[in-house]
Amino acid sequence: MNDAPKNARPGKKATAPKETPPPTSEASVDKQGKQIFVHHLTRVEGHGNIVVSIDHNDKIETCRWEVPEAPRFFEAMVLGRSWRDIHHITSRICGICSIGHQLASLQATEEALAIRPSEQTHVLRKLALHGENMQSHLLHLGYLVLPDLLNVDSVIPLAQSHPKELKNLIALHRLANEFSRVISGRTTHPQRLIPGGMGKLPTAEELKDIRKQLEDSVPKLKAAAELFAALREKFPDFERPTEYVALVSEAEYPLYWGDIGSSHDKRKPARFYMDTAKEYMVPHSTAKWARNVKQSYMVGALARYNLNHAMLHPLARKVADQVGLTPMSTNPYFNNLAQLVEVVHSVEDSIRHIDRLLTKGLKREPYPKVEPRAGKGVGAVEVPRGLLFHAYEYDDDGRIVRADCVIPTNQNHANIQHDLDELTPTISGKSEAEIELTLSMLVRAYDPCISCSTHLIDMSGQEGGRGVRFVREPKAGESRKA
Amino acid sequence: MAKAKPRVAFFDFAGCEGDQLQIANLEETLLDLLEHIEVVAFREVKTGDEPPYDIAFIEGSITRPQDEARVKEIRKQSTFLVALGACATIGGINCLKNFHSEAIYRTQVYGDRARWYDTYPARPVGAVVKVDAELHGCPIDRSEFLRVTKELLLGKRPWIPDYPVCVECKEVGNICRYDLGRPCLGIVSRAGCKACCVTEGATCWGCRGLAPHANLDAARYVMEDIGGFSREEAQDLMRLYLGWTQAPL
Ligand code: SF4
Ligand code: SF4
Ligand code: SF4
Repeated sequence: MNDAPKNARPGKKATAPKETPPPTSEASVDKQGKQIFVHHLTRVEGHGNIVVSIDHNDKIETCRWEVPEAPRFFEAMVLGRSWRDIHHITSRICGICSIGHQLASLQATEEALAIRPSEQTHVLRKLALHGENMQSHLLHLGYLVLPDLLNVDSVIPLAQSHPKELKNLIALHRLANEFSRVISGRTTHPQRLIPGGMGKLPTAEELKDIRKQLEDSVPKLKAAAELFAALREKFPDFERPTEYVALVSEAEYPLYWGDIGSSHDKRKPARFYMDTAKEYMVPHSTAKWARNVKQSYMVGALARYNLNHAMLHPLARKVADQVGLTPMSTNPYFNNLAQLVEVVHSVEDSIRHIDRLLTKGLKREPYPKVEPRAGKGVGAVEVPRGLLFHAYEYDDDGRIVRADCVIPTNQNHANIQHDLDELTPTISGKSEAEIELTLSMLVRAYDPCISCSTHLIDMSGQEGGRGVRFVREPKAGESRKA
Repeated sequence: MAKAKPRVAFFDFAGCEGDQLQIANLEETLLDLLEHIEVVAFREVKTGDEPPYDIAFIEGSITRPQDEARVKEIRKQSTFLVALGACATIGGINCLKNFHSEAIYRTQVYGDRARWYDTYPARPVGAVVKVDAELHGCPIDRSEFLRVTKELLLGKRPWIPDYPVCVECKEVGNICRYDLGRPCLGIVSRAGCKACCVTEGATCWGCRGLAPHANLDAARYVMEDIGGFSREEAQDLMRLYLGWTQAPL
């Protein structure tokens, strides 16, 4: 455990090719060394490598999932910053999940500073999350997954070979973006979500218009369901039961809040997130790994589906049937199918929420007044890739003294590795191209968000330990002014 | 660039990939654009990388010594190199860590494993290699990306606004944040975003960097002496994106 990560220098050219690959994004196959090296796996967010060693009898010896992404130190970046800006800064952890990061951040800040947003704000935030979930899932399915299912290297050739299918998904993605813009003000790094409320509200006309667009999208959703139902058999037939963790709630298929639920563990309030996300570090990864009661657990669309399928709206259930998704689904590749089901659910649930807002009438609320104070808070939100936690501690001036962000992909890394361990013996002896595709598809199925997942390293030095992630306790009387 | 389609590449360093997302968000327009260019590297979207490149877009900041080697290699292979988004153009949010001493963000954080992971103060791409054009914003503006790409494909030097955000903010008719008792960095930030953050109810955070000849002292005077904000509040705003600026913030 105390070895330096040998892959920490992907940019340097090859003293030991096994560990320090050349800076290309292509898979390279080292014939003599019998190693397949998928360096900087494509069509995922951030940088990850898959390293497969094959012995002389063509048997796969090991398969390792590595994360060499440059750590960005977000928990250090927010240190000493004011409550006003924290969600703005942490939004930049991930462009695709920027809305979810903002909401987890706002929840944590609001709990710490005892701010109570209105019912209307909560509904608008739920809509914002639905918009993001749709954006991200459709982008992933259309641009990143579909090429694998249709045996091409990217979405680009699909414009020629499958124009109808591609344009259908693009139209849905455009709707998701438009929806996000109407609610959050911008599709990426939105500006309307602020501590205690909304910086600006959508108009009733905008809501009515987007409601109609959502309703009109149903035939497109059905076409997408048909497409993926037809391609279902392209997903490898691979089952590995694991622990599934997601927010759960009596009221709904929860994204915005709920308790932490698990297929193998008792339900816990979100503030006990550390009891579930037991993070630890491994030497070949700049990102942390996590486990709960089993050796690893899975978060994301499939975990949510497995725990909350009973709460899905009717069309979403129908689509689940149509694509052949049934709970408990233990095939990790089917995370993609669960994403499609969630898109449909988000459309249905959003229509319901918009109706609620329109019936009650949108109220303009005063710009939230906040009195800074010391306090701690935890935010827990389901983002496209799974369960996300932000936990903050503020000082008397409302400035951060401690922060901790536990990102979905960190919680999935160990599960990805265990999947790979179990998957590889079943594909030994196949062609290198086939091995590479099967493994890459597995990692892609998780829609990993690697650039988010790298954060501070545990200082405890023990596996399973959880040290001081956060950096600096201001000493008594110390001023943070630089 | 007459006959063969221009070869375009995208690369990412330390960033959130929000700028590349804006390109995917061009939706159908992206398909049109793809008819006129050949994408030879775009890790987030496709497998493969075939230098050389006519235009290389680079997202993210340089935060490790080994990134320098990679970006220099890309520079060598590229005719035009365009920095994409605040992390690449001005260092952006990543530079927040630069205000902590290295002892804090590195040694104290990593403890006895400080040498495990390479890191150094975050910097914009232009601090390491020559940059031919800059697309500002966090994230970039989709329509500006299209316009600049078209201009580059036509062999023109792209035009980027050289006046402050306030000009556009007035054009779209926002109430000035200072009149609402809130600070705003639009007074010194480079325009081109149509003051979108102000329009959406927030303030300008300065993500497009300083407008040419921006007067930071005057900005501080406006914030502190006229706006009545504390030195710390003014500093909060100035440090958010402008960490790489060679001015006392
Ligand atoms: S400039 Fe902003 S949107 Fe672009 S990579 Fe950096 S943080 Fe993300
Ligand atoms: S709100 Fe900001 S950008 Fe707009 S006019 Fe006022 S200072 Fe300028
Ligand atoms: S208003 Fe300011 S912060 Fe917002 S996009 Fe424009 S320059 Fe950036």
